[in-house]
Amino acid sequence: MSSKSATETPRHREMQGNIGARSFALVSLLIALLAASLANAQGGKTYAITGAKIYTLAGPPIASGTVVIKDGRIAAVGANVSVPSGAQVINAKGLEVYPGMFNAISQVGLVEVGQGEPGTVDLNELGDYNPQIAAATAVHPASEHIPVVRAAGITHTVSVPGGGVMSGHGSLIHLSGWVIDEMLGKKSAVLVLNWPRLAPAGGGFGGGGFQAARRPFSELKQDYERRVTEIENWLDRARHYAQAAEKGSKENFTRDEKLEGLVPVVKGEEPVLVMANDDRDIKNAIEFCEKQKLKMILGGGREAWKVKDLLKQKNIPVILGRTHALPTNDDEPYDKPYSAPGELTAAGVKIAFGTFDIEFVRRLPNEAGQAVGYGLAHDDALKAITINPAQMFGVDKELGTIEQGKIANIIVTNGDPLELQTEVRYLFIKGQLTSTDNKHKQLYEKYRARP
Amino acid sequence: MKTKSATKSQSHRGRSMMAKTLHPFVALALIASMLPEPMAAQQGANVTLIQNGTILTATKGTMQKGSILIRDGKIAEVGANVKAPAGATVIDATGMYVTPGLIDCHSHIAAEGNINEGSIAVSSMVAIADVLDPDDIDIYRELAGGTTTSNVLHGSANPIGGLNQVIKHRWGKDAKGLIFEGAPPGIKFALGENPKRSNFTPQPGQQRRYPNTRMGVMDVIRQAFIDAREYKKTWDSYNKRVAAGEKNVIPPRRDLKLEPLVEILEGKRYVHSHGYRSDELRQLLLLAEEFGFRVRTLQHVLEGYKIAKEMAKHGVGGSTFSDWWSYKNEAYDAIPYNAAIMTKYGVVVSINSDSAEEARHLNQEAAKTMKYGGMSETEALKMVTINPAIQLGIDKRVGSIEVGKDADLVIWDKHPLSIYAVAQKSLIDGTVYFDRKKDIEHRAEVEKEKKALMDKEKSAAPQRQSPPGKAPGTEGAPQRERRRPPVTNDGGAR
Repeated sequence: MSSKSATETPRHREMQGNIGARSFALVSLLIALLAASLANAQGGKTYAITGAKIYTLAGPPIASGTVVIKDGRIAAVGANVSVPSGAQVINAKGLEVYPGMFNAISQVGLVEVGQGEPGTVDLNELGDYNPQIAAATAVHPASEHIPVVRAAGITHTVSVPGGGVMSGHGSLIHLSGWVIDEMLGKKSAVLVLNWPRLAPAGGGFGGGGFQAARRPFSELKQDYERRVTEIENWLDRARHYAQAAEKGSKENFTRDEKLEGLVPVVKGEEPVLVMANDDRDIKNAIEFCEKQKLKMILGGGREAWKVKDLLKQKNIPVILGRTHALPTNDDEPYDKPYSAPGELTAAGVKIAFGTFDIEFVRRLPNEAGQAVGYGLAHDDALKAITINPAQMFGVDKELGTIEQGKIANIIVTNGDPLELQTEVRYLFIKGQLTSTDNKHKQLYEKYRARP
Repeated sequence: MKTKSATKSQSHRGRSMMAKTLHPFVALALIASMLPEPMAAQQGANVTLIQNGTILTATKGTMQKGSILIRDGKIAEVGANVKAPAGATVIDATGMYVTPGLIDCHSHIAAEGNINEGSIAVSSMVAIADVLDPDDIDIYRELAGGTTTSNVLHGSANPIGGLNQVIKHRWGKDAKGLIFEGAPPGIKFALGENPKRSNFTPQPGQQRRYPNTRMGVMDVIRQAFIDAREYKKTWDSYNKRVAAGEKNVIPPRRDLKLEPLVEILEGKRYVHSHGYRSDELRQLLLLAEEFGFRVRTLQHVLEGYKIAKEMAKHGVGGSTFSDWWSYKNEAYDAIPYNAAIMTKYGVVVSINSDSAEEARHLNQEAAKTMKYGGMSETEALKMVTINPAIQLGIDKRVGSIEVGKDADLVIWDKHPLSIYAVAQKSLIDGTVYFDRKKDIEHRAEVEKEKKALMDKEKSAAPQRQSPPGKAPGTEGAPQRERRRPPVTNDGGAR
């Protein structure tokens, strides 16, 4: 929240007793940002992280090596890399270096306070088909969530809108920057498509309740087919639009933002995040995307384990929601949400983890770690929060491993990043040494010092 | 007063039995089939030895290669050289870790989802004991995450909510069998956004309910205690006259709303109050001091770190979340260091779940206090064992591994403060209620039984599912058993 909008919210008017804390936090934040700006101003500063165990995730770990960062990128990595003159050296002896973590799907920057403060929520646009909008246009660079999240070692995320059928485009953002331009990785990283459910509908508690459940299957099927036809029509129109744009006459061409937003999707250049959880919905979505030649990523996928062979066969990656979830049905094994990531990986399905929310974004490493206790290999868990999502969004040449030439999103930790007690000691985002200070640390320092 | 409340809880039990029959038979059958095999039945001579484990006692340090002897449901011996008596069941815990059963100081499971009597501002006449549901699968799921005791609380819709019920996760027992016998009675209070209903839109035709502000919330609580004092006076005077031998004294009319409040004033009932902001929490402590009682726990208490000094002075416990924040305005200043700061000021702190999901990994949530605020391993473990036991007044029975205590124990394959630890066995009163190995072995059988039931349903489908006016044979929507939203998160009460 900027200081201006903060003072205007009802929250502030109510919280008289709290204004002291807020202004303190704001001042601290300003100092932190000032420090960051000085670093930014120096632009191509060179850093060398030395003496650390380096998990490049592109090969076996380097027991003791150096990473050189220059002009925002990884200039060199290896056991015998020399430190360039003038580089700021970070002695990381006893520490470990990993690629920055990638929360594959979140709402970072779109939501500040989840409930009761609609003014801070820019998540769901009205209308069912919004392929003309993208998260990046509403991501708030000064959100208090951003420093909190990156302190947990998460350096980038795809923030997505929700609601309707086509919610809009998720945007890949780096979690540091004064303005969106500095944060932006890819404005239209993925189109969000909420697959229509062929089941007792209605959302809400209990998946629809009695009214919805009593509707005959034939009616539900009609609704479902109507939705699918709508989606089909949008895609058809987008194909014609693309044709017209390329081959049609310039004079008769009218620009249409919605169809424009679908062109990269129908061309198979931009993936579609198809949100589906039930096995039947997943199967339907796969069939549809294959027919439409869409580049599908399955999102959510609570019952993806039931169709793992099909997912493998069609080469469809899955972005799983939080591992810390309850089973779907009473009779499902109690640990199914814990073991599903391992089962999918064993079947050859590529997985990534996302929290799909704002509140628990920083729990990402623990969501991956929880799956390790129930069968996912540690290495695969790390990949699922680094290189795998990078591949899914087509940015694996830029992100996801520690390799020469890639964007330097890097964390230096005091141990296994999936473990609960591990701390991030140094954080690089786009090659800048970035502060791990945040609202929570500031309030901690303030109140532990209370006389 | 005592005998009266006993009669009351009798009636609670009667009603909860009725509730049980409402369950669909399919769900019942499936759940029943998931019961762990051994149950109480074959516990040899009621003697079990857990041997060669790393024992994290929570109160007496850690013992490498230690053994625990359990006799008649109680811990009989803990040591390095405890031998199994003849006929004892032996559980080998070599390479494993043993902790006390975890205790969740804020739960809403096993209550039929009926946790909010939100129609009135003071609902102290309603009780969770009336709606205990022993078939709630969450009892078992949490057991599989090491949770053996839960404080099942009323919701937070009212400044003064309903009566709580502390339960043990004795999966397979009836509602009565869940009750933690002898646990001090308590009640739920709530402050802030929930009781003033600021995040809830009234349905068409529905009246808004007083209170609407934090001022009103305090007024409701204060007025209730003024009424309770008056009520207490009438009973005190009656009892005095009867004790003096006076005949034919007419007893005052019983008031089930005020009775629990009198128990609070007399120090016989614990107040567990939901609240977030430091100002409202401070107000409640001041009000309690004004009426001469002590608040037992502040629940959620996300800004407890701002008034930790005052909390310590009042003697109130803090039961909080690990790292939840920002989900509403009053949670915007929540910090994961909260538990650590309160602890450093001398407050007894527990980490709770408020969620059937979170209660499956309380050990992990406790471990986060090591990262946020530098708690030691023992301090972290205490936050989900002995500390919540103290807060619930059951620390003489549970919460640590000590001779004489209930044998509520969890065996983990790795250090329980690691993200990788998986609970292998959970014991309550010395009985194994969860056994991971058996659970896994049992799955094929559950699948088979489910298939048989589904086939039966399918064959009965056409006549049952044709709606009036539709051609016979119209296929009905396969009814999926879905009691909860597919997403994770809280039970909606936080």
